[in-house]
Amino acid sequence: MLDGILTGLSTAIMPMNLLMVFVGCFVGTFIGMLPGLGPISAIALMIPITYGLEPSTGIILMAGVYYGAIFGGSTSSILINAPGCSSTVVTAFDGYPMAQKGQAGKALALAAYASFTGGTLSAFFLLVAAPALASVSLSFQSSDYFALMVLGLTAVAAFSGKGQVLKAMLMTVLGLMISTVGTDRSSGVERFTFGSIDLMDGISFLLLAMATFALAEVVMAVLKRDHMKEEENETDTSNLGSMKVTREEVKEVAPTAIRSSVLGFIVGVLPGAGATIAAFLAYGMERNLASVKEKLKFGTGSLRGLVAPEAANNASSSGSFVPLLTLGIPGSGTTAIMLGALIAYGIQPGPRMMVDNPDVFWSVIVSMYFGNIVLLILNLPLIPYISKLLMIPRTVLVPMILFFAITGVYLVSFNTFDIYMMVFFCIAAIGLRMLNFPMAPLLLGFVLGGLMEDNLRRALLISDGSLSFLWERPITAGIMAVTIIVLIAPIAQNFLQKQRSQKEAMTGSSRS
Amino acid sequence: MKSTQNTPAFSSTRRTLLKMTAVAACTGLFTIPGVATADDHKVDSIHFLIPGGAGGGWDGTARGTGEALKKSGLVETVSFQNLSGGGGGKAIAHLIETAKQQQGTLMVNSTPIVVRSLMGVFPQSFRDLTPVAATIADYAALVVRNDSKYTHWDQIVEDFRSNPRKVKVAGGSSRGSLDHLVPAAAIKEEGLDPRALRYIAYDAGGKAMAGLLSGEADILSTGLGEALEMSKAGQVRILAITAPERVKDAPDVPTLKEMGNNTVFANWRGFFGAPGLSSEKAEQYAKVLSDMYNTEAWETVRSRNGWVNVYKPTTEFTQFLEQQEAQVGSLMRELGFLK
Repeated sequence: MLDGILTGLSTAIMPMNLLMVFVGCFVGTFIGMLPGLGPISAIALMIPITYGLEPSTGIILMAGVYYGAIFGGSTSSILINAPGCSSTVVTAFDGYPMAQKGQAGKALALAAYASFTGGTLSAFFLLVAAPALASVSLSFQSSDYFALMVLGLTAVAAFSGKGQVLKAMLMTVLGLMISTVGTDRSSGVERFTFGSIDLMDGISFLLLAMATFALAEVVMAVLKRDHMKEEENETDTSNLGSMKVTREEVKEVAPTAIRSSVLGFIVGVLPGAGATIAAFLAYGMERNLASVKEKLKFGTGSLRGLVAPEAANNASSSGSFVPLLTLGIPGSGTTAIMLGALIAYGIQPGPRMMVDNPDVFWSVIVSMYFGNIVLLILNLPLIPYISKLLMIPRTVLVPMILFFAITGVYLVSFNTFDIYMMVFFCIAAIGLRMLNFPMAPLLLGFVLGGLMEDNLRRALLISDGSLSFLWERPITAGIMAVTIIVLIAPIAQNFLQKQRSQKEAMTGSSRS
Repeated sequence: MKSTQNTPAFSSTRRTLLKMTAVAACTGLFTIPGVATADDHKVDSIHFLIPGGAGGGWDGTARGTGEALKKSGLVETVSFQNLSGGGGGKAIAHLIETAKQQQGTLMVNSTPIVVRSLMGVFPQSFRDLTPVAATIADYAALVVRNDSKYTHWDQIVEDFRSNPRKVKVAGGSSRGSLDHLVPAAAIKEEGLDPRALRYIAYDAGGKAMAGLLSGEADILSTGLGEALEMSKAGQVRILAITAPERVKDAPDVPTLKEMGNNTVFANWRGFFGAPGLSSEKAEQYAKVLSDMYNTEAWETVRSRNGWVNVYKPTTEFTQFLEQQEAQVGSLMRELGFLK
């Protein structure tokens, strides 16, 4: 294995390959920043170029584009609340409020550091354990995925501010309901399509996210124009470019970044999950671990709420190389394209790839170290300039966001119906936002709901309709146990606290 | 999560489109319409209509074919247009509605056009279009893990007979799709109830493969091309394929027919013209596609994708489609998908 790593290193530091790391990261960051255009679009654009390259060079380029796009996707999430790609939707939850408070520079810097941590840590995990991790990829069955999604749903608490619990729950249920639109895979029956062929394939997550976040945001901005003018003038000119992160802040978010990287990496290794799920899970985990006081900050510009999904989605994108390279199983559309590219080169990803093509296998992994450094160097100096985007007059910025958000979604399907659907969801979202319903739980319910249902249906089919899979498989049972703890802990905590305060009150009163 | 499919290289598409319009404008200006097509039977340009997003099977077929035609000089300009939605129904409707302007368009499609029109996913069928030619085919394959106890189709039948619930077949698309219909057809061929078959639907071939390897399912139903790639990775073996006889690319893989089961099934991919396309023009397109087989450019594309050449032009194609419709239709009735 050491031989292989050394071969990989010597391949990765060839000038051409270093150049490709740079080009990939640059192109990826740029495309990732455009709202709606994610890693898949970026990689699809690169494919014709890779045909003429050496296998390792081509794959290094594509990998760079991949994690570069996820790196760059956070920028538009933070600055204009329009997610650059689906895995950075969660970044907008706390990143955008920070930008609104005039901390855009800091939010971007933190996102860059968090992405760097996630990417570098998982590149390290890949280097030491990629072959061994293949068995982790295959250890998860449908029932385990189901349990994981249920655990993920507990994150809904993270999105409910004070007195908002019921509204957050309602929005989660709405998200679950929207996820059932389309052809039901397990029975082959269409549901809630109203006979329309355009609804047959279901509703895409990106469309929903762009409509409820990007579109709704700009329309709200136009509607509320008069109220906001005054405060806006203040925040816009204040410390926009300040990207200094204090030592206390680093101390605060460092454990978050590490925890989220580990979680994101593991979720990435599972072929049935992915970077978007990883970001949601990390956000939920961080909220659950936070102190009562810190919890309230989530959704209003919490540093931890920003760092967690950023570290997790980058770690997850590197993690997804485990099933891709060691098993030949793509976990997402993006890795499926990369698999196609590898096969076109005559390289068969799988258990023997390490032996047959050690140079390709290891050089891709080694190149990720360089890639993450390149991304950091590329992005940090740009932050002051990029965050100036917010200074663009609204009359220019609003149409620009509308344009990118709509073309981004249209370019995925080339179906004009999607645009009408976006307008519909946008109007619905504006109504709900005016009534103070949070949008994030809707997305959480939607993204987890589809996977949860599919996996539950499969698990039931496999176990012949019996619910025994919930306790028969150790992984499922373990995750379910964690879920129960997560649900009970706050209640128990509350109870204990009440008792304690009662006691204190009693001792206090006795003292006086 | 719902499919977030990728976008194609749209800039190059747009460029070719621009070029196309330029070419079209020139032709309109400088030549008398009709003369150009009368004196030679060469096809100058083809516009490919792709009923799905980029990166899928249809997209790869159309773009691969277009690439080969252009590189080999058989056709001067090729352009592509993706129009997804409704399992391909959107593109079919578009082609029919704008038939008059679509005389230079070929729509790529495959076996699902037969399945989906039977299921009533879209109201049209291949009869509403002009079948031009089927160009490639992929046989279906049943795949098992390397350490699976199954080495012969008969063992599966035996297990199914004793307890149909024990035999779990994974596939990368929904119930009622080809991945489901093929094993069901094989079970029916044995005189058993295909409705009792446990089909576990995944949302992509890769995930179905993960399901097989994680031990969730015992058999994976997929296309031969994908199965060959998977077996090269060394974790699975192909138990049987639905070809009439062994295929050149996989001489060691037995057919179901050899194992005493007469299920023969080919998932074709081919091209359709707009309704009302003259038979002369359809013949020309079919000829160009047949000329393509002997070019080096096509061989590169074909081997890169592991496709099998199967050529069925115009009338032969229509007959084949009718045959397949009858075969699939009777099976789907039996499975309860059709009344």
